[in-house]
Amino acid sequence: MTNKTVLHAKHIEAGAKMVDFHGWEMPINYGSQIEEHHAVRQDAGMFDVSHMTIVDLHGNDAKAYLRRLVINDVAKLEVAGKALYTGMCNTNGGVIDDLIIYYFSDTDYRLVVNSATREKDLEWMHQQATGFDISIIERPEFAMIAVQGPQAKAKVATILSAEQNQAVEGMKPFFGVQAESLFIATTGYTGENGYEIVVPQNEAEDLWQQLLDAGVKPCGLGARDTLRLEAGMNLYGLDMDESVSPLAANMAWTIAWDDEDRNFNGREVLAKQRAAGDQLKLTGLVLKEKGVLRTGLKVISTDENGETGEGVITSGTFSPTLGHSIAMARVPRSVKVGDIVEVEMRKKLVKVEVVKPSFVRNGKSQLD
Amino acid sequence: MSNIPSELRYATSHEWVRNEGDGTVTVGITEHAQELLGDMVFVELPEVGESVSTGDDVAVAESVKAASDIYAPVSGEVIEVNEDLEDSPELVNSDAFGDGWMFKIKLDDASEVEALLDAEGYANSIDED
Repeated sequence: MTNKTVLHAKHIEAGAKMVDFHGWEMPINYGSQIEEHHAVRQDAGMFDVSHMTIVDLHGNDAKAYLRRLVINDVAKLEVAGKALYTGMCNTNGGVIDDLIIYYFSDTDYRLVVNSATREKDLEWMHQQATGFDISIIERPEFAMIAVQGPQAKAKVATILSAEQNQAVEGMKPFFGVQAESLFIATTGYTGENGYEIVVPQNEAEDLWQQLLDAGVKPCGLGARDTLRLEAGMNLYGLDMDESVSPLAANMAWTIAWDDEDRNFNGREVLAKQRAAGDQLKLTGLVLKEKGVLRTGLKVISTDENGETGEGVITSGTFSPTLGHSIAMARVPRSVKVGDIVEVEMRKKLVKVEVVKPSFVRNGKSQLD
Repeated sequence: MSNIPSELRYATSHEWVRNEGDGTVTVGITEHAQELLGDMVFVELPEVGESVSTGDDVAVAESVKAASDIYAPVSGEVIEVNEDLEDSPELVNSDAFGDGWMFKIKLDDASEVEALLDAEGYANSIDED
């Protein structure tokens, strides 16, 4: 059974090529994914992300529950609307999913989790809720549109009401606010400024059309993938999954260790891994010659003692902004930024450079 | 349904061949093929002067999605390659049968062209995909 978002007809109308994405029929592109990519880097593009799962959490124990559920610490959240990126681990320290948590009060949070992991996430969240005074409420009655790019906020401003514009004025990155019927957040998955807008389903088509009329270009999953990879953002299922520690997925920064009494799921295992320093690491790769680094390709490295190590490309693509290929790869910890490693491509070993896994931000190359 | 010009010949591996009538042919990939591949990012072409045999992998079309081998649809000598594709691989997407051509071959055997599929034959072959 294939799910369709409430914007399905608008995609077809815009000439979308639709594909199956984990049970959802979603636009892969509307003609050229590279043009869509450039629209987001240079102007403004929009993505239907209604397939993503919104879960609201209410109750006296909401804060205590989340302090155990996720590896970052929601106690850091003190200002209403502030958002936090983090991971949800199992007790073996494997990543069940990555997610964004919006804080409204100590008893009121909104979580946005991946669609492909919806069922297991909800099952795990319910299972973990035993003994906590909370309610976990999925919100399928909402659609979600991400509007991203240097002109995104200005274009959105032309269609918001005066009151909504006032609500978002001066809002810093990683905040969200309910403004009339829209929940508007300064979050995204592209490395550009913009909003993610949660909209009641019955208003979604109108909002999409207004954005279209305001000159925002519809963008598909193809561009979404090249944009997030340029921004060095992980994709669940490729760059990490339940068999991978957040320490091996460039997610160590999302783990809060400070409060030693906070016993978050996976803490014991992760603390041991951290002390041992034995996890692989996720790094960036750059290939400036012809060719595209693809997911699954083997990476061969040599450490300072001449020992050969092996890694794998978790996500690889052509970077439309940089004009050459980039990738994220999980490699031995001895591999350092600036090293040259080899990737087996089409039966040839090709030399590639190791870089920090962040390639483009706000339209600009992060490479030297 | 994508465009399949009737004046061209085709290989089942999605190359098109235009007989120039002077013992040479021009080769590219079909509109259907570029649609399957998506936005082109690199095209690797053969060397001018190279001798190729029917079925040899002689070029690579690398798109956002995958790298695909391009096969020589006929035997002969490569006499010209489309150097514009070096900087503008997207020509393969925007004009597969025109500016997106890939290379020209001087035929060893002119009758080889006649053995290729005609437009109807190619249309049938992609229906079976």
